[in-house]
Amino acid sequence: MQGRRRWELLVEAAIEALIRLCGVSAILFVFGIFFFVFREGAGYLFNGFSPRGFFLSPEWYPTSQSHVRYGVLALIAGTASVTVLAMALAVPFGIGAAIFVSEFCGARWKEILKITIELLAAIPSVVWGFIGLTVMNPLIMQLFEVPIGLNVLNGGLILALMSVPIIVSIGEDALKAVPDSYREAALALGVTRWQLVYRVLLPAAKNGLLAAVLLGVGRAVGETMAVLMATGHAVTIPTSVMDSVRTLTATIAAELGEAPVNSEHYQVLFIIGILLFTITFIVNLTADLIVRGVRRR
Amino acid sequence: MSDGKIDFVDLRVRYGRREALKGVTFDVRRHEILGIIGPAQSGKTTLLRTINRTIDDVPGAVVSGAVRVDGEDVRLAPDLYGLRRKIGMVAPLPVGLPLSIFDNVAFAPRMAGIRNRHDLEGRVEQCLRQAALWEEVKDRLDSLGTKLSGGQQQRLTIARALSHDPEVLCLDEFSIAIDPVTTMRIEDVLRDLRSRMTIILVTNLVQQARRLADRTAFLLNGNLVEVDRTDVIFSEQPASRKTYEYVNGIFG
Amino acid sequence: MFQATPLTRRKGYSELVARTIFLAMTAMMVLPLILIVSYLFYKAWPILSPEFLLAVPRNGMRAGGIWSPLLGTIYLVVISLVIATPIGVLAAVFLNEYARENWMTRVVNLAVVNLAGVPSIVHALFGLGAFVLFAHLGKSILAASLTLAIMTLPVIIASTKEALASVPLAFREACWNVGATRWQTIRHVVLPNSISGILTGVILQVSRAAGETAPIMFTGVVFFKAIPEGKLFAYGLFDQCMALSMHLFTISTQVPDVPAALPYGTAVVLLSSVLAVNAMAIALRVYLRARKKW
Repeated sequence: MQGRRRWELLVEAAIEALIRLCGVSAILFVFGIFFFVFREGAGYLFNGFSPRGFFLSPEWYPTSQSHVRYGVLALIAGTASVTVLAMALAVPFGIGAAIFVSEFCGARWKEILKITIELLAAIPSVVWGFIGLTVMNPLIMQLFEVPIGLNVLNGGLILALMSVPIIVSIGEDALKAVPDSYREAALALGVTRWQLVYRVLLPAAKNGLLAAVLLGVGRAVGETMAVLMATGHAVTIPTSVMDSVRTLTATIAAELGEAPVNSEHYQVLFIIGILLFTITFIVNLTADLIVRGVRRR
Repeated sequence: MSDGKIDFVDLRVRYGRREALKGVTFDVRRHEILGIIGPAQSGKTTLLRTINRTIDDVPGAVVSGAVRVDGEDVRLAPDLYGLRRKIGMVAPLPVGLPLSIFDNVAFAPRMAGIRNRHDLEGRVEQCLRQAALWEEVKDRLDSLGTKLSGGQQQRLTIARALSHDPEVLCLDEFSIAIDPVTTMRIEDVLRDLRSRMTIILVTNLVQQARRLADRTAFLLNGNLVEVDRTDVIFSEQPASRKTYEYVNGIFG
Repeated sequence: MFQATPLTRRKGYSELVARTIFLAMTAMMVLPLILIVSYLFYKAWPILSPEFLLAVPRNGMRAGGIWSPLLGTIYLVVISLVIATPIGVLAAVFLNEYARENWMTRVVNLAVVNLAGVPSIVHALFGLGAFVLFAHLGKSILAASLTLAIMTLPVIIASTKEALASVPLAFREACWNVGATRWQTIRHVVLPNSISGILTGVILQVSRAAGETAPIMFTGVVFFKAIPEGKLFAYGLFDQCMALSMHLFTISTQVPDVPAALPYGTAVVLLSSVLAVNAMAIALRVYLRARKKW
């Protein structure tokens, strides 16, 4: 082999190594995120940590002069309430829209709707928060005659609008993946389009639709700025949708600036970050496994 | 030790659990046109892929036995890409790369290190002439290769295959997607090329093998049924009854 | 002819009902959005002008314009783009061109999906722990850009993967058959024909990076920073900066007595920029679909 040829093969091997490195970088970053967040918060876990006191207590008083407590139950309830409300709205509407775009829509309108949904997805979360603050807030105060419009309802509505695009786009993919032969067979038997959707397509696409919903949940749980601005400041377990709450994400965003570095408060906030990471990791993993199950079939 | 250009020695290939080639042994002689006939799924394409080792890129493919080119086992070749340049390969479906016609034919020489514009121009013209495409494209060498017709793209593929000076030219059912007129032109091209290289012609058109091949091999279900002079294969008395039946359309 | 029996009439009726319901559901998502955006523009109208864009915030951000946050966002976007694009493109090249169907590839794909799903505040915590503290970059544009780059990596990977996958296998095989190496094939045939998709991914990355707030809040972006007006290179790599997204948050929640048009104006500028960038990506996709080379 000529010298030049050997040199070229060497360069090629180096490039391939670089490409492989970039390929596994995603794994490195995910581990890195977990590692560095855990590192900052680990102190709290190894200092007489009580899971019961942490997870099951609604008493979150990180800055109390006399009795500092770090119970996250109210925060979890905050996240859960807003997420559940958001999903209750986003799932039916999102899947309904996915069905409409996939089955009932002409080609040109399909394109327009898909573009609209893409643009909806692109709206930054701080703008959504701003909308919650300036548009939804007065609206809720007027319509329901409550003193404060920053509550579970506000956050839930905003989150619903934010999660719908992902449910629609992945839901539409799931419906598109159902083979046309199913549709042709059903229509040949004389069913209406509604029966086709309800009895054939939804069952056939249920894995993909479930994954879409899960990813929507992941999005809602992880959302920060919009809920920070729209749900108010009360760290309590909500008893109605008109109650103000605070989510896990908003708590970190609101309090990290004030917590002195490496103080216990600071460390707890990082641990909440680990909690969030774990939740979204599990949700995404589950969604991925479900989708893989579909693909294998 | 045979002095064939290519020797297949007990070649076995399986994809996962499916056996594509079940122990094939024969040789391809220098400067002959060897036809390979047989029904679909007989292992003909797999056989070609073992020669230039593109079988390596097929997931799950396991190869045992040996393929030797000029006596050297291809699996031990020090320069895989040099080996591939020794073998020209024409696939069943015509492929024009999304480059200009000129760049299509200059691609292989460039990758091998030839940079001189003058050399490249000479090489491109020579290969396009040999592939019987020059007259049709000489005034539009800058246009996209993908915009040519099927028959032209197949000839472009042949020009590409010739551009790296192969010693063996393999054609895998080259005519299935092109018109009869272009097929005949390419058959003329093959007859001209024979004096310079060895040609392996896999075809599903037995009459094509009869027209072009010096010897013909009949592959059935991964087994070599027989290989002999073409006139013997197509005679009343080939070595195997199955050959007679396939060649005369009784099955396949 | 064919008389509609009660059954077929009922079937036709139920089909219409179904269609109307689904149409209504879709409209109920889309119309509020259009109304809201129009309302924002309406409230922001008094203040929108070139001066608004070019002036710095004054009087405790109750007056003036948004030049400093705008410039800061541009810095963050450009630097994170420069970091994320090569890594993202090469990672996608790995996944589509080199990776075999084994467990390792599955793990990498899983990691990319998970990276995309990490909450933005967790990215902020990561950036704080890794870049600001561990790497001693301090709160800086560099730290914030690195955080944004890792956050937006999946966007580039996904778009690039799609672009690479749309190049037919036949092209690659034709190149391998003439003795080209894998990288030569990628460099001369696959990548040049994927540029469109890669560009789409870059544009989407820009739009995401411009809109994010949480990751940059604790890694380098501040409430307020005085910079000279109209200077393009007013920030340094290790400086802190202002950003449009953060600015919107600040003046709508942290600063009292801000004249109404100011936050609306900021929101409109941010929203329009992001939507305009996305519209560019969509237009690019449509344009390139028409110009296919094969």
